[in-house]
Parts: sequence; structure tokens; C-alpha cells
Amino acid sequence: MKVGSTLNIALRALRRNKMRSVLTALGIIIGVAAVIAMVGIGNGAKAQVEAQIASLGQNVILIFSGSTTSSGIRTGWGGAGTLKIEDAEAIRREVPSVAAVSEEVVSTTQVAAGNQNWFTRIYGESADYLDIRQWPLVDGAPFTAQDVRSANKVCVIGRTTASQIYGNDDPVGQILRIKNVPFTITGVLTQKGLSTQGVDQDDIVIMPYTSAMKRVVGGTTLRNINVQIGDGRQIQAAQQQIIALLRQRHNIRPGRDDDFTVRNQQEIADAATATTAVMTVLLGSIAGVSLVVGGIGIMNIMLVSVTERTREIGTRMAVGAHGNDILMQFLIEAVTLSSVGGVIGIIFGIGASKILSSYAHWPTLISISSIVVAFLFSAAVGIFFGFYPARKAAALDPIEALRYE
Amino acid sequence: MKNGEVVKLTDVHKTYQTGDVEVHAVRGVSLEIQRGEFVALMGASGSGKSTLMNILGCLDRPTSGRYLLDDADVSVLDRDQLADIRNHKLGFVFQSFNLLPRTSARENVELPLLYGTHRLTHAQLREKADSVLASVGLAGREDHHPSQLSGGQQQRVAIARALVNDPEVVLADEPTGNLDSRTSVEIMGIFQQLNERGITIIMVTHEQDIAAYARRNVVMRDGLILNDFRVTQRLDAATELGKIAPIDSQI
Repeated sequence: MKVGSTLNIALRALRRNKMRSVLTALGIIIGVAAVIAMVGIGNGAKAQVEAQIASLGQNVILIFSGSTTSSGIRTGWGGAGTLKIEDAEAIRREVPSVAAVSEEVVSTTQVAAGNQNWFTRIYGESADYLDIRQWPLVDGAPFTAQDVRSANKVCVIGRTTASQIYGNDDPVGQILRIKNVPFTITGVLTQKGLSTQGVDQDDIVIMPYTSAMKRVVGGTTLRNINVQIGDGRQIQAAQQQIIALLRQRHNIRPGRDDDFTVRNQQEIADAATATTAVMTVLLGSIAGVSLVVGGIGIMNIMLVSVTERTREIGTRMAVGAHGNDILMQFLIEAVTLSSVGGVIGIIFGIGASKILSSYAHWPTLISISSIVVAFLFSAAVGIFFGFYPARKAAALDPIEALRYE
Repeated sequence: MKNGEVVKLTDVHKTYQTGDVEVHAVRGVSLEIQRGEFVALMGASGSGKSTLMNILGCLDRPTSGRYLLDDADVSVLDRDQLADIRNHKLGFVFQSFNLLPRTSARENVELPLLYGTHRLTHAQLREKADSVLASVGLAGREDHHPSQLSGGQQQRVAIARALVNDPEVVLADEPTGNLDSRTSVEIMGIFQQLNERGITIIMVTHEQDIAAYARRNVVMRDGLILNDFRVTQRLDAATELGKIAPIDSQI
């Protein structure tokens, strides 16, 4: 097989019909561009969700009070007050891979300063919380472990809360009244934006959990415990140890359901990204249909081309072309159309997703793998849809083909 | 130049099956053609001359009988082997030229080289095509497309294409069928020049005066050779052109 010559012959044939070649490739261009852009949008959404999950902190295990599966009465996560401060301390003490623990209580209430007031969420946490969530301050200082031990009336506030109450003034050192208790603001958190559920994460007041339990939330139980593991590979083991420890502390007999729920960050991430993965597949498949339609376009044009060029095929055979040479010529024509279309489609697809990100503010993510897959798929479309017309051309009888009018 | 016969047909039959009817297109033809001959194959339509031409051109295989081309039996070869024979040993000239449209004269002439076994560089292809085009009087028109050439010029491109692989035999199927009488004589002139250079030419025609440019006429009827004779009063294209030229200049 004279591959170089056949390639040369096929390219010459394509150049002879520029307009038709361009229009045929257009079907593939649109198909590939659609796949690239749609998968880019899907992957972008997925990456955004993943980034938000990661903002929960690295290697985090969340333990919620109450069970989602307990028989009889079901309570939501954090609903039944089964987690105690001592449970958190036991985890800190007895699970060796634990790096940090934050006891958490949550409430919503009205806060006020001067003549401004605002309804916001109050989080009671340990001094490690901001480290666990990798949430630095823009201004001021965090509350300390000493503040937690002494249940001091101090807090840090999110950007939304800060701007609602203090406008452009510096809140650090100011007094914030929460349920009529004056708290000193020690710092302002950096902006974190919306959570995956669309909650404004910056609309928040964070204070020592001891202070929150004593002065704001009331009660003696925790809603949940945030645990950070030092080494990510030990997350599963640590999770098992925590479950065993808490079952023992809560005197749960074998066979009975836990009265708490343990989730690690990976599970939460998996659940959240599963939805966007479905979306990516869906968008990709719809775009894939247009790629197949483009392929049928190629087959259509190649069939027309074989009929129209019957005499040419006869002439080629008369001067010594083998059936295989003709087959390869038409196959290369089809594959050239589809893969050149694929390359142009990839460029258009990247362009389209850039435009979508900048004008519609949709996050898009073009991965190398989606480019490679789209290109290989478009080449495969050319082979698949080009084969039938090419074989038809190769099987022509030279005498008949020469006489064809 | 080798001597002896280049084509030797021995009792060649060709039978087509058309529905239930068997058509005996060629029914026992034996023919020898020597190297350097210029043969005109004649006959009315249905005489079997086209079928015989297809067999001679290795486009078709005989149903029975033997065909030795350049001392090799080609009646037993398969499709691809026949394609190689056509490429190396035969050159074709067709009635309707059969040039690739929207393709330069040079690229048309390069076509058989692309299907040959020798890998030639772009420059070698070009050089070879251009020299053959020059030999048929088309120097300077290498980049013209068929639509930019007259019928006679197109047929010259086709002849150049037939010659580019240095064939043993040039087969021409009604080469002047689509040309006016003056251009026909010009094309015959080219064939006569090629023949002077020792190239064997087999030409199908139904025109008596075109056949007169050949050295030998073979007349077929009903699938058999009716008559096979040397042309006694052979026409010379250069002389004939000289007779036509004054008429042209009057116009």
C-alpha cells in the first residue's frame, strides 16, 4: 500500500471540491464544538461543586447528632441532642490520627450594634475551626483556646454580616449585641461566597462554642463535631474508630442503630458531584447526537461523491489503482474531513465555552482528555461513515465505471 | 527494443450472462501483434471489438483461451495483478478523454505514477509529467485544467498520461470519436510519431479513414475476426494536415 501517494490523491480530490468539503466538515465541526462546550460546562459545574466541598476543609469527618436511619422516630441530622462535649474530648484524646476537633452548635438570631440590626446565623466552634475550614481573617485576630475555655464574649464575623451592620466601618474591636449580650468582635473573615446549597456562607457570626451554649443557644448537647484527620489515607480507619468509640460511649448494643451519623468529606463530595456528573453525561450525549448527525452527513456526501466520480474511479482503476487504493482514497477523504472538522470543532468549542464563561458567567472546564476523546471520536466517525461509500467505490467494475455517464 | 510478439491471443472466448441469455461476445479469436505494430481494430457495434479491447486492456478476463502479454500469461491473474499490469505495461486513451476535472494537466499525467510501485518525489513526478507533456506538444500548458483546454489538447493530455509509465502497448478506444476531423488527424499524427519511436499501438475505431493511418487493420464481425490485412495505402498525418491547412487559412 502506497500510503503517501494515496494520501496525496485523497487530499487532491478534497481540494477539487472545496465548498463541498467545507460544508461536509461543518457538520463535524458543529458536533465536536457542541461536545467540547457542553462537556466543558458540565465539568465546570462539577469543578465548582468540588471546590465548594473542598472549602469544608481537607480530610474532614463530620459527626452529626441523631441518626437518619434510626427505627421508629427519625430525626434530621443534629436533631436529637446525642452528642456531648465529652464525646468530642474523647475523640480528641483516643483517636490517634485526629489533627483537630471542633465542637459545633448552631443557632439563628437577631444581632444588633448601634442602631443597626441583622438576622444571622450563630456558629459556636472551637479555636481550631477556622484552621479546619481553611478560612483566614481579612482583619483582626481569631478567638483563642483560652477564650473557648473561659467562654469569653468574643466572636469573628463574616463579610456579609459585617457590611450589613457596620457598612464601611471597621468592625474589629466593636461591640455586637447578641440576644442582648455584648460580644467583642476580634476579627472579620475572608469572603467564601455561596455554598453548594446556595446559602451565603459569609452571613455568619462565629464564637467559642462554650460562649454560644451558655449565652446564645442554650442546651448541653452539640449539633455536630467536625474532625480533621492529619493523614488523608487514614480517613476510613479514623471513621471506624470514631464510630466504635461513640457506640461504646453511648452504650449502644451490637445490632442497634447508631444514634449519630458520620459522614466524611469524600462521601459528601461524591453525592454532590454525582448530580453534576449526570448533567455532564446528559449534555455530552445530546451533543454527541449532533456529532453522529455530522457523520451521517459525511456518509451522504461520500455516497454522492462516489456516484458522481464513478468515471474518475474507472479511470483510476484503468491506470492501475487497486480496489484497496480506491478504498483508502475515499476512506482518507472521509477521515480527513472528519478529523480536520474535529480540530476546527475543538477550537470553536473552546471558544464557545470561553464566551459562555465570560458573558453568562458559567464556569467551564476544558480537559485535555475531552479534547483527545472528541478528536479520536470524530476520526472514528469518519472511518465508520466513510467505510461503506469507500467499499462501494472499491467494488466498482472498471469497465462499467469507465462507461458510466 | 525487444522483438517478437507483444500480444498473443489463443482461441479467446468471452461469454456474458444477461439474465437467462448467454451472450457470446467473442467466440474464438486468435491474434498475434508484433512489437512496434500499429493496429486498428474495426467492426460494427456488436462485433465484439470492444469486448476484445477490454480483454487486451486487462480490464476483463477471457472466459476461455489464453492471453500472453509480453510473454506472460495474464488470463489467470486476479483483479489486483491485472491492475498492476495495466499500470506497468499498458497505456489507455479513451474516446471521452477521461481526465480528472478541476485537475491540472500535470496532475492528470502524474496519476499512473502515483499508483506505480516506484516511490517518486514530488519533483520527480513533476519532471516526468512535464517531459511527457512536452513530447505531445503541450509544453507551457502543464497547469491548465481540462476545462481550459480544447478537445485535441485534452486528448494529448490523455496520451501523455498513457505514456508516462513507458508502456509496452498503448490502447486507444475510439480516440478521435469526440474530435473534429482536423484534430483527429493531429491525434493520428501523434500516434504515428509514437509508433515511429517503436511504441505498439492498438486502436479501436469504426472509421475507415482513421484506420488508414494504422499499419494493420483487423476487422471483426459476430465475435470473430473477419479480416486481417496490412494497410496498403497508408495515410501520413503530416501530409494530410498539409492538405487541410489551406482550408483553415481561408477561414
